[in-house]
Amino acid sequence: MDLGDDMSALVQVNEMSKSFHDNEVLSEISLSIEKGEFVSILGESGCGKSTLLNVIGGFEAPTSGRVLMDQVPIEKPTRRAIMLFQHYGLLPWRTVKKNVEFALEPTISSAAERTKRANEYIQLVGLEGSANQFPAELSGGMQQRVAIARALAIQPELILMDEPFAALDTFNRYYLQDELLRIQQQEQTTVALVTHDIDEAVYLSDRIIIMDRNPGRIKKTIAITLPRPRDRSHGDFHYFRKLIFDTFHFGRNELDSDYHI
Amino acid sequence: MRKILNVMIAFIVLIVTWQSVIWIGGYEEALLPSPFSVASGIVGMVISGTIFEHIAISLFRFFMGYGTAVIVAIVLGLILGRSLKLWGIVDPIVQVLRPVAPVAWTPFIVLWFGIGNMPAIVIIFIAAFFPVLLATVSAVKKVDYTYLKLAENLEVKQPALMYKVILPAAFPGIANGLHLAVGTAWIFLVAGEMVGAQSGLGYLIIDARNALDLDLVLAGIFFIGVLGLSIDKLLGLFESWVGKQWGFNR
Repeated sequence: MDLGDDMSALVQVNEMSKSFHDNEVLSEISLSIEKGEFVSILGESGCGKSTLLNVIGGFEAPTSGRVLMDQVPIEKPTRRAIMLFQHYGLLPWRTVKKNVEFALEPTISSAAERTKRANEYIQLVGLEGSANQFPAELSGGMQQRVAIARALAIQPELILMDEPFAALDTFNRYYLQDELLRIQQQEQTTVALVTHDIDEAVYLSDRIIIMDRNPGRIKKTIAITLPRPRDRSHGDFHYFRKLIFDTFHFGRNELDSDYHI
Repeated sequence: MRKILNVMIAFIVLIVTWQSVIWIGGYEEALLPSPFSVASGIVGMVISGTIFEHIAISLFRFFMGYGTAVIVAIVLGLILGRSLKLWGIVDPIVQVLRPVAPVAWTPFIVLWFGIGNMPAIVIIFIAAFFPVLLATVSAVKKVDYTYLKLAENLEVKQPALMYKVILPAAFPGIANGLHLAVGTAWIFLVAGEMVGAQSGLGYLIIDARNALDLDLVLAGIFFIGVLGLSIDKLLGLFESWVGKQWGFNR
């Protein structure tokens, strides 16, 4: 069991709890995320998985316990860990290119250099044809690619994704998941992704952290040992799917027994 | 085309009704001037050029008052909208001052600013200030939390946060206030120029009334109406231009 005492980890969470007005949302969470790793946090709604992501991102302070990045406590959001939002968080008054440049403006003072870097990452996500369009003119999938380009342009150590594909249709979701894996391998970025989609978690992750609710806590951690690229219809894929499904199902039975006649 | 036709029909109906009332009622020119005498009054003022001097000075006062009100109200609104504690204190004061007609301040305005251009400018300022302030505060309060979270994550600091994120995000709401204020402020232009001014469209009306030239009073009203409409349309063009720059496509 991973107790988050790994010295080489990028992120370490040690016995962290989080309460909102005496309501314990997260209880005694311990985990670590290695550099370059793709970790999914999987759970039903209300298990506190988004809160956990917010704590790792520095948007919320833990009530107790420690959250470290490279051995240093995370106190506020920084450019080292960039959050991607479910509704993309693009600025509607800026074009695609200007949205990506927005992320570079605080650190790169030369406009020419910003444009150059923005173009590189717009190309990386395959949107060079839409660089001068406004977000409202793009489909949801394209908007999320802009958000990914903007996050990557900063060259962060960690990308936090809060159900980034939940608002997309199945085909777009599959396509973007492949894109994300390709880009993640190319850029060697560490990714922590929150999802309630079991397939998505199995397809993308090196490791899945399964959460339970009331209060939110880690139920199980599963390493997905399948080789890449993964095949969604392969038997091994279904093995992990079933493993996770049983984990949830087991929880259901426990709960149901209270109501059984 | 349809629009132009509608405008023409409206004016013909108005003028015909107006002239009929005079014929049927047999009113004297001193009570209700005829469309013809008002028209000749308008033409006379255009030919002599006096009307343009009045229009120029009125527009100057209007834009001075409106412009400063918009700048001050937007800056204050951005600050107050971001600090809800401060707004909690300022809001009751604004609520008490807002329903007061700007002209009610006239005695103080004359005492503090004298006569001439200032009373009209100050009255227009007061008239425009509150709608813009309230619209800005409410627009800033409603800025999507995601944008603020994003800015925090990207370590966007003030003042960049204000002009790169909050101002554009709040702009559609602020634009509503600008529109509302332009109408209110123009209405109070006449009132403002009735206080100690010696020129301008409001003064023109007072002056014509004192001379019992009712046709010139109506001519002045005509110019005020047409200019008010033009300014409103001009603001509409400005808004859609900004909207286009910022991709709002309204």
